Amino acid sequence: MKLQHYLLILAVSIAAPFLMHNYLVQLGFVWIMVVLALSWDTTGGQMGYNSFGNVIFFGIGMYACAVFQRDSGLGYFPALLLGMGIGGVFAMLTAAILGNALLGMRGHYFSIGTLGLGVAFGELAGGWDYIGAGSGMTTPLYHGNLETRNLIFYFLFFAWAILTFFILRWLYRSRFGLAINAIRDNEEKAEAMGIHTTRYKVASWIISAWFLGVIGGGAGNLMGFIDPKDVAFSDSTFGVYMILMAITGGKGTLWGPVIGAVVFYTSQELFWTLLLGWQRVAMGLLIVLIVLFFPQGILGWLRQRFPQRFAPDSKTADE
Amino acid sequence: MLDNVLILFHHPVFSVDLIVNGMLIGAIFMLAAYGMALVWGVMDVINIAQGEFVMLGGYVTLFVVKMGFSPLVGIPISAIVLFGVGWVIYRLVIFRVVERDVFTSLLATYGIAILLAQLLNETFGADVQTVSTGMGTWFFLDNNVTVAVIKVMAFVLALALGLLLWLFLKKSRTGQAIRATAQNPRAARILGIDTHHTFAMTYSLSAALCGAAGSLAVMAWAIQPYLGLPYTVRSFMIVVVAGVGNLIGVILAGLGLGVAENLAGFVFGAEFQIAFVFLLMIAVLVTRSTLLRRQRKYLR
Amino acid sequence: MKTNLHRISGYAAALAVALLILPVSSLVMASDNTIMLGAAVSLTGKYSTNGKHTKNGYDLGIKVINEHGGVVIHGKHYKLAVKYYDDESTPARGAALAERLINQDHIKYMLGPYGSGITKAIAPVTEENKIPMVEANGASLQLFNKGYKYLFALLSTTDQYLAPAVALAAKEDKHINRPVKVAGVFQNDPFSQDIRAGVFADAKKDGMKIVIDDKLPADLNDMSATLTKVKALKPDLLVVSGHAKGAALAIRQIAEMKVNVPMLAMTHCDSAGIIKKFGKEAEYTLCASQWDHTLNYKDKYFGTAQHFADLFKKTYGYEPPYQGAESAAAILVYAKAFEHAQSLNPTKVRNALARTHMETFYGNIKFDKEGRNIAKPMVLYQVQDGDYKVVSPEKWANGKLRWPTPMWSKR
Repeated sequence: MKLQHYLLILAVSIAAPFLMHNYLVQLGFVWIMVVLALSWDTTGGQMGYNSFGNVIFFGIGMYACAVFQRDSGLGYFPALLLGMGIGGVFAMLTAAILGNALLGMRGHYFSIGTLGLGVAFGELAGGWDYIGAGSGMTTPLYHGNLETRNLIFYFLFFAWAILTFFILRWLYRSRFGLAINAIRDNEEKAEAMGIHTTRYKVASWIISAWFLGVIGGGAGNLMGFIDPKDVAFSDSTFGVYMILMAITGGKGTLWGPVIGAVVFYTSQELFWTLLLGWQRVAMGLLIVLIVLFFPQGILGWLRQRFPQRFAPDSKTADE
Repeated sequence: MLDNVLILFHHPVFSVDLIVNGMLIGAIFMLAAYGMALVWGVMDVINIAQGEFVMLGGYVTLFVVKMGFSPLVGIPISAIVLFGVGWVIYRLVIFRVVERDVFTSLLATYGIAILLAQLLNETFGADVQTVSTGMGTWFFLDNNVTVAVIKVMAFVLALALGLLLWLFLKKSRTGQAIRATAQNPRAARILGIDTHHTFAMTYSLSAALCGAAGSLAVMAWAIQPYLGLPYTVRSFMIVVVAGVGNLIGVILAGLGLGVAENLAGFVFGAEFQIAFVFLLMIAVLVTRSTLLRRQRKYLR
Repeated sequence: MKTNLHRISGYAAALAVALLILPVSSLVMASDNTIMLGAAVSLTGKYSTNGKHTKNGYDLGIKVINEHGGVVIHGKHYKLAVKYYDDESTPARGAALAERLINQDHIKYMLGPYGSGITKAIAPVTEENKIPMVEANGASLQLFNKGYKYLFALLSTTDQYLAPAVALAAKEDKHINRPVKVAGVFQNDPFSQDIRAGVFADAKKDGMKIVIDDKLPADLNDMSATLTKVKALKPDLLVVSGHAKGAALAIRQIAEMKVNVPMLAMTHCDSAGIIKKFGKEAEYTLCASQWDHTLNYKDKYFGTAQHFADLFKKTYGYEPPYQGAESAAAILVYAKAFEHAQSLNPTKVRNALARTHMETFYGNIKFDKEGRNIAKPMVLYQVQDGDYKVVSPEKWANGKLRWPTPMWSKR
């Protein structure tokens, strides 16, 4: 990727909030979605472990951040930033603790196990009074200028998405990327080649959890209200969205999830409301159609259609 | 939590009630699980929409009752309608994913599950629905053990249906074809079995079982558009514990799960009942994979 | 690879252009003699039943106001209209849509969604944007301890819902020489948990003993475990709260398991339609309601409460649950505020709302500093001979409390 392309994207992203300040919150959400899709793809696409439950890290980040903001007594922004970091740490810890047990499963078992994990976390959070149980939590109100806050949020999420992207790019090009690709392609062989598969699998999940946990803290504040099952540990919204975005864009590629997230979120914002009442039905249909007829995603399709232009560069691994 | 255990200790008669009622619920789980085991064993597809089929079956019976028929008529009608639904879904979607990777079929059926749940919600509303059979309740032990007659009937019917299916698989031509395909689809195809037809048959049969289960569920309990997923997870868990193709195992695991769930709901409180089901499943899966890992070490 | 990136950057540029066109398209607004209100209500998802009652209420209110010539500001007649979105019964979507209504659709006056949870998610958005919101379906007390200035609620708050039932239990049970035993089963959501806090606070004040305190999951389909506990511990008062779902399930399973309890009190009986669904099995149940069609309130748009009920039934084909009534009343409150303010400035409308003092078919309306309606009490029904009879407060009672509920063997 040439420098000027990055600069172009950077310029558009910096200009966007000023040109469309009515859409600040939605624009901020685009970056949240990008992080969701990118981090899902780390385990799902690059490693072939299709988790239906990565949303737990998002929810843990939300709750950890909100609890910290509630109890720390710091000012708005220090509490928010520290809280997001703490959210990330808690998400990582959870991934580290659960990783060994869950990533020991394969195929069906892993997917359904993680699906169950997501639901179980939502149910447990809904029974725990310290975090508001079923009543949920409201994040602190910001008393200054709303536009400024949203602008800061936008750039915060943008920065985090950039960081996620480049860290993952670096990882995928390193030995780590080769190892997790090897696990995806044939785990037995990878193990026979001397790769410590379990270590790599858990590490990959922890990385994914870290990105999700941090952005979760911010997303909770952007939405303002955290409900255990409908916001934080919501399998049927963020939980599926992240998978669907990664697949729409192109699973197992670096740019795919980014493209998928932008396309999915924009089209959702544009067309969802037109379906008044039928959007969830459309969602189910969309999943089926994409899986059946478009499993390779936008980037995958482009590569098939225009192999010369879009073929992955061998030097830069899977870009 | 402790006081709940104490209640059981002081009034042991209530644990009888919990166990009996748990077993009766378990029979419905068992039916859905048997369908899942069939599809899993024959086609290597995990049907996440299993629970939604159960709900759909319940709504069909609800509709039948609203048309003025007896709820009992609803059981065969639900089964037949769901057989058709299963056939259509197979022809439209499943046959495209049967021989693709695991994730594709999981995600496709997950999509179907979301689609069905939302359609049910659009059509029937989000309310909890029940059908009253007016069959009354039996009382035992000084009224402390209550057993609704319909639950007993559901139990008996579920077992009978399971048995019927088992006979069908053992004796009939189609059943034999299904079993042959399960053992080796390629060999079955070479020997002249139309495997796609067999797959369609299997998937539809599984849906029909769910339809019957749903019909019993709406009479004995309650249904609601979003209660599908717990049924899917229960079925999955039962099949994992019992093993694919083990009817007795599925029955025992189903009944056991019903009892465990009912006792857990009592002891931990109802708010953790669903969490219990899902955590139990994770525990089962983790145990399974640890056991398998040990076996692998042995082989090395 | 090189051209690949040309593609991507071209794509990004196209997207940016598309996004830039958007704000222009949303400027195309309704004509200038219509006042647009905005609402995100649950048309799908778990609250869709009550979400539809809410929307029907709003629509009926709008229709009647417009039939009466709309709102007059400086001699100019304005029609009212509502822009709806579906919040899918999830707070996250609700908040996002509120944002959208305010910032992209330029809505200056918001109506509430259905349910405390989603109201809690939307209130910070309207507050931060300084847009007034009149809501009729978020009763959680936690909405009114945050110092919100732009939130106005027509309904009685959760602590008041079942207070009359607890009081009745205390009165009827005063001859027994032990503390009255209370059992509570509450769904795990903001509204029901608030009801729980209210009931238990009242019960403790009256020296009652809480013997069961269970939460029910949101995906509720079975409460037999809890009912078994009720059988074991024999409470004098059983309180159930879990929206329409919880009410339907409780009635069914209590009848099925023949649980004997002298007094059963719950919320959402009428929106669950328990009389129609369960007939005799619903008898003796006490139900909290914000409103009843037999109350003798009236206003110039709908006439009496009974007139409203008739019109609602004629329009939508079913008896109005109180969710429909309070939602329709929300529109009347807005209409009055516009006329009082004689302005379309949101802050002025907000100030007019704060000064509201009016009678509607739904009840008297006057907001306190926190924005909740303090001029209207709750009513308590009892199901008697297949009908709802008001048994408390005494002022409106049209039936006498039947207590205790006979044993199932004698019913």
